[in-house]
Amino acid sequence: MNIIITKEDLKKINFFLDKVVSSSLAHSVLLIDRSGQLIAQYGNTLDIDIVSLSALTAANFGATAEIAKILGEEEFTLLFHKGKNENVYFTAIGEHVIIVTLFDDKTSLGLIRLRINQITDELSNALVSIFEEKKEIPVLKPQRLL
Amino acid sequence: MPFINFSKDEIQCKIVYYGAGFCGKTTNLQYVFAQMGEDTKGKMVSIDTRGDRTLFFDFLSLNLGKIRGFDVRVQLYTVPGQVHYDATRKLVLKGVDGVVFVADSLKVQRKKNIESLINLAKNLAEKGVSIRTIPLVIQYNKRDLDGTDSELLPLEILEKDLNSMLKVPSVSASALKGAGVFETLREISKLVVKDVSRKIMLVDQQLR
Repeated sequence: MNIIITKEDLKKINFFLDKVVSSSLAHSVLLIDRSGQLIAQYGNTLDIDIVSLSALTAANFGATAEIAKILGEEEFTLLFHKGKNENVYFTAIGEHVIIVTLFDDKTSLGLIRLRINQITDELSNALVSIFEEKKEIPVLKPQRLL
Repeated sequence: MPFINFSKDEIQCKIVYYGAGFCGKTTNLQYVFAQMGEDTKGKMVSIDTRGDRTLFFDFLSLNLGKIRGFDVRVQLYTVPGQVHYDATRKLVLKGVDGVVFVADSLKVQRKKNIESLINLAKNLAEKGVSIRTIPLVIQYNKRDLDGTDSELLPLEILEKDLNSMLKVPSVSASALKGAGVFETLREISKLVVKDVSRKIMLVDQQLR
């Protein structure tokens, strides 16, 4: 399967990420795929290594899914890491993507969760067009490529 | 599963270094990391135990330049080689676009190489990917030990063991000294980029 993100797709995604950032005082929100690839980012992420963050987040989700299985759950759909100044909230949206929200003590986990929950359904609908089968690219006959 | 981002004109691909425990997957990444320029590489992330064994994976992101106007960014991952970390290997293989199979040339590791290659085929098959169609390069590592006390398998035997059915490009290397490391990376990148660029040509026409 190939994932293709068009300008329109990104516009739609950014609209939702902007909604979360502007209404919750989070620094930034990332949308990543379960295999660790960054799809979109919104807010102030200039000084963070977001490529590594994406890879580690996907791995983190995978690892906790295994913990969930041991406990008889399918997976844990949200994770929260609290630091001295910085906090991260991870939430899975459908089977393909994870939203990562970075925030400090200017806001609260409750507000972040509320704002994310408010966009979840609409964002999942927007993502359907990216991950659905019909965008699968037809296979070319080799000779046409040369 | 390459990510083709038309908004940023960027392609992201995932290459996984696979192989038995202590065959040199992490050493490959460390050498690449040490040699690449600051502007083309990201940070190297390693999740390992104290005894130099990879617990989860190593991760390195590289910028490989442009193809048809798209920035190509590859993400290199390694897997833990030990047999009992199979669940972790499956996690890392998620969304893989190309595989480097690192084979240990030591004679005592012969069986482990074969087992690991079979394990790779099985784990790919579970994801609906065939080992025969995915971009794959085999690296025969630790060739620098040739002529020392350690007994090595000749390249012909390794080819016969691991590559007689697959017939993919193979590179003899010494990840520790650096010989063959970039050749391997070049080979796999070439295969992956070829695979992806074929797809772009089509999508380009459809979406632009």
